[in-house]
Amino acid sequence: MASAKDVPAIAAASSIKFALDDIAKQFSQDTGKRVRISYGSSGNFVAQIKHGAPFELFLSADRRYTQQLEQAGFTQGDGDIYALGKLVLAAPKNSPLQLDEQLNGVKALLASGKLSRFTIANPEHAPYGERARQVLQQLSLWQDIQPQLIYGENVSQAAQFALSGSTQGGIVALSLASAPRFKARANYIEIPQQYYQPLAQKMVLTKKAGDTAKAFYSYLQSDAAQAIFEQYGFGKGGN
Amino acid sequence: MDWEALTLSIKLSCYTVLFLIPLSIIAGRALAYGRFKGKSWVEALIMVPLVLPPTVIGYYLLVGLGSQSLIGSWVEQVFGQQLVFHFSGLVIASMLVNIPFAMQPIQRAFESIPADIRDAAACCGMSRWTTFIKVELPMVWPGVLTAFVLCFSHVLGEFGVVLMLGGSIAGETKTISIAIYDSVQAFDFDAAGVMSLILLLFAISALALTTSLSRRLGGQHERRSR
Repeated sequence: MASAKDVPAIAAASSIKFALDDIAKQFSQDTGKRVRISYGSSGNFVAQIKHGAPFELFLSADRRYTQQLEQAGFTQGDGDIYALGKLVLAAPKNSPLQLDEQLNGVKALLASGKLSRFTIANPEHAPYGERARQVLQQLSLWQDIQPQLIYGENVSQAAQFALSGSTQGGIVALSLASAPRFKARANYIEIPQQYYQPLAQKMVLTKKAGDTAKAFYSYLQSDAAQAIFEQYGFGKGGN
Repeated sequence: MDWEALTLSIKLSCYTVLFLIPLSIIAGRALAYGRFKGKSWVEALIMVPLVLPPTVIGYYLLVGLGSQSLIGSWVEQVFGQQLVFHFSGLVIASMLVNIPFAMQPIQRAFESIPADIRDAAACCGMSRWTTFIKVELPMVWPGVLTAFVLCFSHVLGEFGVVLMLGGSIAGETKTISIAIYDSVQAFDFDAAGVMSLILLLFAISALALTTSLSRRLGGQHERRSR
């Protein structure tokens, strides 16, 4: 394929939207090459790639999903961890929810019957939702909070619910909560990592990957890209 | 504002009506005049996309047209291009989804042609084909126009099927409704607001235009038939 026409489609977990948009812009400036990024939930992307979606690179929110693809024979190699994802407890600015690391505010609000809606990403197919469930289980909130839970289709939608004012709060990705558009409408506090398994965000090239996709893959491991990931609250990648 | 997505949606609408309207004229006429066993089942089948959730249609298409399916792998072998997550797949999907919107108004228009007009044409020695072109088509024109506008606007707003089948790839399957969804998820409510407003205005003008046009055309027929 001619390099001018080689604009690979890339599937990326919605948790890295803001960071990856910045990195892709930087990549275009540095190399003159372009990529097309689709954002969504990692689980859905695995299903789509298995059904023949033309994505050349898949940036998952968790290593489990790249492994599924690898085992099904859709990838080149086993991929690399590009960043470590973190969780926050977030609440819209007018919310009665008090933010604290142990989620005592959530417990108190739940006990007083004033917590009507609390959002997390769908734990069935979104890694951030799965980790949010872990946090709620660790802090013995999972059973009691069930009737109040609103699931986002992915962590981006959960974050949008968490700032919209129709929920009292939620557990979402730090990388989204630290974006200016989020901060303008909601507050957040980081949840200590002892309450959940780290989100080793892994990427992998698919069998369809061309030169530009491969170049972008390497670029994501460069210092320039890693600095942008860190700016959005991600921990350092590497194996 | 995502102009690429808007252009793509308009392109999808154009392709859909281009293929679907001629088919619907043929099929709508056949259904209007045909008397055969199981006609109500055929009509029910045509109406199904109206009541089925788009996710169900999307799922069937994903499985039915995917690389592992019979149709999907055949198309891939012959044309070297897969259907799902590709523009061509969206065209097929939106044709299927829009069958009721195209068929209904056209079939009703054929049914509303009085039998004596067709008899008169036959008495005058007109062939079936001439009758179709010179008598029937001008009379069903308002129905065809309604079908055209309904399909065009409906494709522009189609969401569920595109989400399941498209994968939101810029310039290929990321239509305007998906772009709106994406920008809401990116907390970009300004962009979502602008794009939604454009779609809303388009929908209202399209409907107003059809109503007034078909009223005017309908009026002509009434005067002519008097």
